[in-house]
Amino acid sequence: MTAAPLTAIKAGLLSCETCGLLSQPASAAEPGYCPRCGSELESRRHRSIERTWALVIAAAICYIPANILPVLGTTTLGSTEYDTIMGGVVFLFTSGSWPLALIVLIASVMVPLGKLVALSYLLITVQRGSIQGSRERTRLYRMVEFIGRWSMLDVFVDTFTVALVQLDPLMSVRPGAGVLFFAAVVVLTMIAASTFDPRLIWDAISDAGSEPAPLEENSPQQESNLG
Amino acid sequence: MTSVACHECDLLQVLPDLPVAGKATCCRCGCTLATRPADPIERPLALGLAALLVLVVANTTPLMGLSAVGRHASTTIIGGAYQMWHEGQEVTAVIVAFCAVIAPAGYLLFLLIVLFAVRRPPAPGWVGGMLRWAERTRPWAMTEVMMLGIMVALIKIADLAKVEAGIGMLAIGVLMLLFPAILSSVDTEELWARVAWHEPDPASDPVAERVFASNPMPDLEPDLQKADLDGRPESANSETPSGRSSS
Repeated sequence: MTAAPLTAIKAGLLSCETCGLLSQPASAAEPGYCPRCGSELESRRHRSIERTWALVIAAAICYIPANILPVLGTTTLGSTEYDTIMGGVVFLFTSGSWPLALIVLIASVMVPLGKLVALSYLLITVQRGSIQGSRERTRLYRMVEFIGRWSMLDVFVDTFTVALVQLDPLMSVRPGAGVLFFAAVVVLTMIAASTFDPRLIWDAISDAGSEPAPLEENSPQQESNLG
Repeated sequence: MTSVACHECDLLQVLPDLPVAGKATCCRCGCTLATRPADPIERPLALGLAALLVLVVANTTPLMGLSAVGRHASTTIIGGAYQMWHEGQEVTAVIVAFCAVIAPAGYLLFLLIVLFAVRRPPAPGWVGGMLRWAERTRPWAMTEVMMLGIMVALIKIADLAKVEAGIGMLAIGVLMLLFPAILSSVDTEELWARVAWHEPDPASDPVAERVFASNPMPDLEPDLQKADLDGRPESANSETPSGRSSS
């Protein structure tokens, strides 16, 4: 913990995003192609912050209709009833299966929202050049990447409910417009997680110079216990 | 001993010699840098072939059936996507079909082709392309999410009518167990090490102006920190550094 940690970019090296091989780029401006797998090399994911912001904002916009518009419409003997995602959670809760209600609530409401908040937080701290809690922020990123797929749960639930309950004219279930927006939120946040480059979290430390920072005294106002 | 840059924090490190079932993690951010599964080619090949068979069963047999007042309905995975398309939700139908059928099947096929090809190294260059596609489709293969989704749907519908689980659902349950087993038995670095290097040959390369990065590179190893070894040795005698048996 004495000298600045030696990163590949500081040593003038690049690791291939596809195969992980460490190599010396042809030049700093044009790194060239990986000698092992032939992929195009880049020191950091291309325009990572701009792209991730764009996807996060698009997903946040889709999140609103995803929760307001109905995802399912149930027609029973001529009368139709519409259900939103929260409505589905309430239905599961009142019909006695509260563990499932909890799973759907977490996967469909809290996880997408948590992902949007987490990605925004990561982007803002990277843009401000924050050097605090890099390890925790990397862990947060890893969690966002791992958990993202589980939000697709509600899309599968709706698909198989629609596919199975087709007993015209007795009862039938149709998908609502909310499903599309909800699926869009999941897909957009998954792509956003993959365009964000976690190495940017650590670049601030290398740029700041010699101290690897947890006890840096120049910035006491950045202490994270404010909330 | 090889040096790598952590793909999550870019720190240069030297990989220690891994014992079988060992794992090297980044000493700064803690992300996994390398693993050493016991049998990195034959075991995922066996599991992958089994998963391919189960995948065919899962996609051809009914997932679940429903009966109410003398009427019966059943559905398959692709039937679910088709019904969504039929009801005017074309984009959602495509997303469901991709995550439920195309991505798992694609991942398995690409991986199996790679595993078959690298049994006699060096495998030709196109195998590297296949491996790249396998890695790209992997995050979109959502078998376990689909399994939970089917169960939730089943319980929701069970309140309205009599439902029964089909063979397809059982098959998806098996797939849900096989996929993580395949993922943990594959060693991507070992696979790349068995693929022939991309040759910078201007005569046959369609993109003649390609510039390649160079390798070997400056020798840094004495200056580098050592990655953390998170070893869970299977037996006491494998604790001695044995070195990776790869070329």
